[in-house]
Amino acid sequence: MGLEEKLPSGVLLTTVEQVAGYARKGSLWPATFGLACCAIEMMAVGGPRYDIARFGMEVFRASPRQADLMIVAGRVSQKMAPVLRQIYDQMANPKWVLAMGVCASSGGMFNNYAILQGVDHVVPVDIYLPGCPPRPEMLIDAILKLHDEIQATKLGVNAIKAQDIQESLALTAPATLEMRGLLP
Amino acid sequence: MPELPTAVRGFGVTFRTMFKRVVTEQYPEAAAKYPPKPRFHGRHQLNRWADGLEKCIGCELCAWACPADAIFVEGADNSEGGRFSPGERYGRVYQINYLRCIFCGLCIEACPTRALTMTNEFELADNNRTDLIFTKEDLLAPLQAGMVLPPHDMVPGFTEKDYYAGKVIGATDTGSATDTAKEST
Repeated sequence: MGLEEKLPSGVLLTTVEQVAGYARKGSLWPATFGLACCAIEMMAVGGPRYDIARFGMEVFRASPRQADLMIVAGRVSQKMAPVLRQIYDQMANPKWVLAMGVCASSGGMFNNYAILQGVDHVVPVDIYLPGCPPRPEMLIDAILKLHDEIQATKLGVNAIKAQDIQESLALTAPATLEMRGLLP
Repeated sequence: MPELPTAVRGFGVTFRTMFKRVVTEQYPEAAAKYPPKPRFHGRHQLNRWADGLEKCIGCELCAWACPADAIFVEGADNSEGGRFSPGERYGRVYQINYLRCIFCGLCIEACPTRALTMTNEFELADNNRTDLIFTKEDLLAPLQAGMVLPPHDMVPGFTEKDYYAGKVIGATDTGSATDTAKEST
């Protein structure tokens, strides 16, 4: 992305990673993307009682260009899926997606032709949050878990190494067709 | 007395608010101060009898009641020497997909042995779908004092009906617990 991607691997890069991670998690601005009942709980998190401003996230940006986090709150219908993808594409890197509630995560109880069976069919999801709808504390908990992941994000050479490890794992993993017996 | 301009009076509201109690819940730091209500629908738990045998009989009524098809149960026969629950059957496989579960509690109502109940635990978020399918190991209640890890036999002299009547109050191999269990009958 910038100069930090060109740094050599070592003490300097890890320090920059820590600083960048701290800055990124400290001002993670969500995009307003409320779709259904989960959005009510998301609004409650923005209110004074749960007060997401404690984590530097009180500005729900209406413009995806200024947002870092897309909280997909609610069921995504097939018709809404392209819109969701477009908003995700319009967001500037680095960006994260939080699938809030069971409908956004897997379709939930709406296992039918109208509802997308999980937003991970359309966009990469960083954290899944169960609940129908999840209480505000659950959303804060998911956000904090995402903060930990953001803090541990790798940059530059380290990011390439991490990607290589992930890719080799994915290449050796059995395909769904080859899986036998019980999940997990 | 002339009234203050409205622009200045507005600051009065701000000033008074400074002396009001703060309503914000400091969730992650002081989470213990704001526990959910006891009836809160959280993560499920598979309960045990007092001697450690599982209450689940693998009847699949919870899976049938589930409106979201989140529960998968596969029963198996208990055998002498390989007994997990009193009676004929036990739940060999028990999985709840928390990305489908809507925490409605219909499975709890359907359970004939009160094997399935809900805890107040709600911090379930995770970064992949696989880890959110909870298996039997994740859901089973931890062993309390006096409980013995199954498989083991029923308390000697007791039938499954005694279990369902709540007459068993101790483990099999601890002599004192068995004695008290017999005294109570």
